[in-house]
Amino acid sequence: MNAPAQHLPNVRTACPYCGVGCGVLAKPDGRGGAAIAGDPEHPANFGRLCSKGSALGDTLGLETRLLHPMLRDGDAMQRVGWDDALDHVADNLSCSIIKHGPDSVAFYLSGQLLTEDYYVANKLMKGFIGSANVDTNSRLCMASSVAGHHRAFGADTVPGSYADLDAADLIVLVGSDAAWCHPVLYRRMMANKRERGAKLVVIDPRRTATAEEADLFLSVAPGMDAALFCGLLVHLAGTQAFDFAYIDTYTTGLAEALTRAKQIAPDVAATGRLTGLGVAEVAKFFDLFTATAKAVTCFSQGVNQSAQGTDKVTSIINCHLATGRIGKPGMGPFSLTGQPNAMGGREVGGLANQLAAHMNFGPEDIDRVGRFWNAKAMARREGRKAVDMVDAISRGEIKALWVMATNPAVSLPNARHVREALGKLDLLVVSENVAGNDTIRTNAHVLLPAAAWGEKDGTVTNSERRISRQRTFLPLPGEAQPDWWIVSQVARRMGFAEAFAYRSAADIFREHAALSAFENEGTRDFDIGGLKDISDAAFDALKPVQWPVRSASREDSRFFAKGGFYTPDGKARMIAPDMPHPHAAVTPEFPLRLNTGRIRDQWHTMTRTGLSPRLGAHLPEPFVEVHPDDAAKAGLKHDGFARVTTPYGACVLKVVVSDGQQRGSLFAPIHWSGETSSHARVGELVTPAVDPHSGQPEAKATPASIAPVSYTHRGFALSRDRLLLPDDTWWARVKVGGGEGVLLASNAAPDVWRMRAADMFIGCEVSEFIDTAGDSYRMAAFADGRLVGALFIGPFARTPQWDAVKALFEVEALSDAQRRGVLSGKSTDGLADPGPVVCACFGVGLNIIRTALADGTASNVEEVGQALRAGTNCGSCLPELKRIVNDVAHAV
Amino acid sequence: MSEPLVIIGNGMAAARLVEELNKRALGRYAVAVIGDEPRLAYNRVLLSSVLAREVSRGDIELKSADWWRAHGVTLLYGHRAVSIDADIRRVKLANGATLPYGKLVLATGSKAIRLNVPGMDMPGVVTFRDLADVASMELAAKAHKQAAVIGGGLLGLEAAYGLAKAGMQVSVIHLMERLMERQLDPHASAMLKAAVEAKGIAVHLNAETAAIKGERRANKVLLKDGRDIGADLVVVAAGIRANSDLAATAGLAINRGITVDDHLRTSRADIYAIGECAEHRGTCYGLVEPAYEQARVLAGHLAEQQVAYEGSVLATNLKVSGVSVYSAGEFMGAPGTDNIVLSDPGLGSYKKLVFKADKLVGAVLFGDTADGLWYSDLIRTGAPIGAIRGDLVFGRALAERSPPKAESKPVLKDLAA
Repeated sequence: MNAPAQHLPNVRTACPYCGVGCGVLAKPDGRGGAAIAGDPEHPANFGRLCSKGSALGDTLGLETRLLHPMLRDGDAMQRVGWDDALDHVADNLSCSIIKHGPDSVAFYLSGQLLTEDYYVANKLMKGFIGSANVDTNSRLCMASSVAGHHRAFGADTVPGSYADLDAADLIVLVGSDAAWCHPVLYRRMMANKRERGAKLVVIDPRRTATAEEADLFLSVAPGMDAALFCGLLVHLAGTQAFDFAYIDTYTTGLAEALTRAKQIAPDVAATGRLTGLGVAEVAKFFDLFTATAKAVTCFSQGVNQSAQGTDKVTSIINCHLATGRIGKPGMGPFSLTGQPNAMGGREVGGLANQLAAHMNFGPEDIDRVGRFWNAKAMARREGRKAVDMVDAISRGEIKALWVMATNPAVSLPNARHVREALGKLDLLVVSENVAGNDTIRTNAHVLLPAAAWGEKDGTVTNSERRISRQRTFLPLPGEAQPDWWIVSQVARRMGFAEAFAYRSAADIFREHAALSAFENEGTRDFDIGGLKDISDAAFDALKPVQWPVRSASREDSRFFAKGGFYTPDGKARMIAPDMPHPHAAVTPEFPLRLNTGRIRDQWHTMTRTGLSPRLGAHLPEPFVEVHPDDAAKAGLKHDGFARVTTPYGACVLKVVVSDGQQRGSLFAPIHWSGETSSHARVGELVTPAVDPHSGQPEAKATPASIAPVSYTHRGFALSRDRLLLPDDTWWARVKVGGGEGVLLASNAAPDVWRMRAADMFIGCEVSEFIDTAGDSYRMAAFADGRLVGALFIGPFARTPQWDAVKALFEVEALSDAQRRGVLSGKSTDGLADPGPVVCACFGVGLNIIRTALADGTASNVEEVGQALRAGTNCGSCLPELKRIVNDVAHAV
Repeated sequence: MSEPLVIIGNGMAAARLVEELNKRALGRYAVAVIGDEPRLAYNRVLLSSVLAREVSRGDIELKSADWWRAHGVTLLYGHRAVSIDADIRRVKLANGATLPYGKLVLATGSKAIRLNVPGMDMPGVVTFRDLADVASMELAAKAHKQAAVIGGGLLGLEAAYGLAKAGMQVSVIHLMERLMERQLDPHASAMLKAAVEAKGIAVHLNAETAAIKGERRANKVLLKDGRDIGADLVVVAAGIRANSDLAATAGLAINRGITVDDHLRTSRADIYAIGECAEHRGTCYGLVEPAYEQARVLAGHLAEQQVAYEGSVLATNLKVSGVSVYSAGEFMGAPGTDNIVLSDPGLGSYKKLVFKADKLVGAVLFGDTADGLWYSDLIRTGAPIGAIRGDLVFGRALAERSPPKAESKPVLKDLAA
């Protein structure tokens, strides 16, 4: 039984968005929603939340949810029972394995999954199916950091803690728009800057929101971050800033690394040339870094999403190793992960080039994991990484794919190719929260309803290796089930019942913790053996804890201050990076570089943040940022539209002319999909070129061209239900209070839209505004007194604004005055409503007369006439006036 | 000694003239009002309300007997003026009495046009001009069920509304293809038709009366296209014409009405005409508003003020069958004009504004007419509309509100505090 709402307790959980991993207090309202607040006791955020986290309560509705297993039947999806769906998946996977071998199946997972879900999926694939074809959208996020860490440290170890950001005197952000993408952590950095005077250096091709606050902003040329850090290494060497005690004791490879760095960027001037920066600003950065021992270098997608991402990570780490600035308070290289559980995924080995629990594909690791799992069929070699996986699907080598909690048809590079490939699969299983997304629409054969945030239960790990509980505070809706349950059920049906007999997330966590400690003896960084016997109750109560959590606990959770690397000789490797250059050169046909990224208030493909009207209001339309000079050259106007074309596809986006953008560089956000836009699936533009070490795609430097697109008309529509727009229309869908909004551009004339509107809102009472000379058409649809829809079309140069209409759309029942004003597109707030006309000659309304009678201005018909002139001309309203006077007199 | 001022006609124009004169030229004239109806002046606009029993006969009196008395007016109601001898400045009454005047004002109003069809004189056929007509209609409503009103203009529709309220089954027979075609555009006409029909009144358009049939009393109207419409009462409201019979006896210049100049003066310097009987600059007005304007100007003129009447902007602003309608200016459009239309049938509202270049030149409002006067002002003054063109149709309050201060766009760093 549900307790009454007021008695439901606050549940401590963790935010499902970025890698900061903020603690959240959720207070369920007993009606499927919850009040959301930051958890003041969580060490990642101490009670703060960003805009996305604060709006989590807006995203808990069930309107878009997948609530039942579905099976393809011809062109349609049919609801089936869990048994049928699970049997179908298990039988078809088994069949594919028998007929085509274990490598004919693959899983594509997500940093949105909980560690326990991840663990079970990874175990099934690598221990029982016998393939390592399990990769994750973390490949798009921080695979280069994983590879960089691994190369340098012998393990995927993030050495530092958020506390280092409080203690640092210098914070360098490389390829990180933390202000928008890790807002709460960024505020922590700002607090240090404000209170302790820490300096902030931002290195980014774009002048982002983060850069606005920087002491020094270096607008580095795309892809040339490594050159900057090679220059820095050379500078550090030349200024006797190296810590030779640390270098000699704990590292190898300095000579090669420094030699290569000198070849790449021998001095400040060369560094400036390569990076497109001024000598003075380069020197300023070098001096600042050299002089400041307590320096943390944070890096994110700008570093990782590159065909040289691993080398970028390496060149940063080299500078920290060479100065011994690692593992000590206020120092270190610091990868900021994008997703809530990218780190957890890495811990279980959810990437194709990892095995499990920070173990790899060496014979000893395979043997050890095999024995621990009592595995039937251990994978013996690395599997396909994401982009490679798609190619293997396209070639017909992978025939069955199970996608969990991610939307690769939007998010993978060369997304059109991805959609085509997915269409070729014999079996596409999608475990999802939502009933429809672009991936589902490619060709899904089976849809499995997965538990969403607030329903699922388990752990996530944030950027500083802190394991937090995501806890259940809402009941499972429909037939939704946790991902670990779904995978375990399939595993049992494939004949692996014994190895997948989990009863709870706690069961899985204990096994995961035990594996991390299994024959570890300090040889592996990831060790949470101290938690392997945790009771169900203790798991429920588990406070955020930073790993390692060894059986014998140690004081400092930082790594590497005194060496202890996970290489065979225990020493860190300083690696010589390759000469940096973007993978593909610009050409006359594609003379610009397309950078992609996030915006402040949206997350990934918007299947969750897209449910919040507040978040949708920030930047409702998909856009491309262009430098003013490039805009002028291409004939683009701010607020106009442009087609961005790359060798892989084309999008049409709204133009934002900004001098925060470098010349020659474009920026487009990644969030829009075929569900939310007509022409803005930016993943279609992105090159599938990948980093040779990490397999991470180069998402930020695709050669591109841009050309204006003109539309004669622009406008918007509002509707309670989903509106289908004609093919000739550019549109972007956004959630608004009480329904959906569509911003649109079109070459169809207002009278065409008038006919379309009649079809869109069939059966409704319709009001219309027709201004032929003004080239405008507006309509509003009403049902039972409610505003249920609206369509405004106007000439491109005078785009109708929707704020006032949106505000009325959120009101359930409109007053007559509001209804009369709705098509003005302006707020009627504060306008007196005169009421229905009583005196036609002088236009005096009923409400005005009543007010005059009520406030004593008039007490009879004659006085009404003297005060308001009502009834003093033709006098035909006098009988009505008399009635009104009598009514008011009787009412008093 | 006060100059004798005689007003022939005891209607709304006359009453307003007396009222205005009292404001401007108190005591200057000894005023006498001659009226053939045997009662105090009343508000003719409310005849249908009397018929509908929304008001009593007493309610529609414009001024009380005390008022007339207090203002020293000699009221000669129930007396018909039969001739004017302009040379000797005498008015002769039906009872043989003559009345000298210094100044004479004709406010004789208009007469209903009678149709030239068989049966027009049959019992049960009435016009709709005065309280006597109302009385005969009330009588018919008590004894009979079916009524037909010939004429789908304002007057006819008002008669139909009153009769329907009085409990009769009413048919409106209208010659044209839509109702009130001279005051409304086709869309507003259609809405009006729907509103009239919603009150249980049948509307027959494109319907030309061929004859009124009956035995001793009318019982149906026969149309030229062969339709016949049952009617025990036939109200003829097919238009009015200026009542200029008396003016003719004085040899005044008469066209469609008594022609007057900008001081409302007829062809004789000391004789004036106002209201529906007058024709000013070629126009005979059929509404109360111009009559009141003329009364005001004439009062000023008689008080020797420098005033002139330059015609009225023809605005229709009234309630028909309980629905407010308004029209003004070139509401039907003309070459070089364009429209903005706002309609909300659910609220029973329709608005059309007609623009020429940067000016409002016409408007039709149906249902929500609150801004009609403002539109009339804009049409009359020809003020440039400029930036509020698109807002105009939403009314004065919204259109003239100062634009809200530009909201500061969120800057990129607003989260970074």
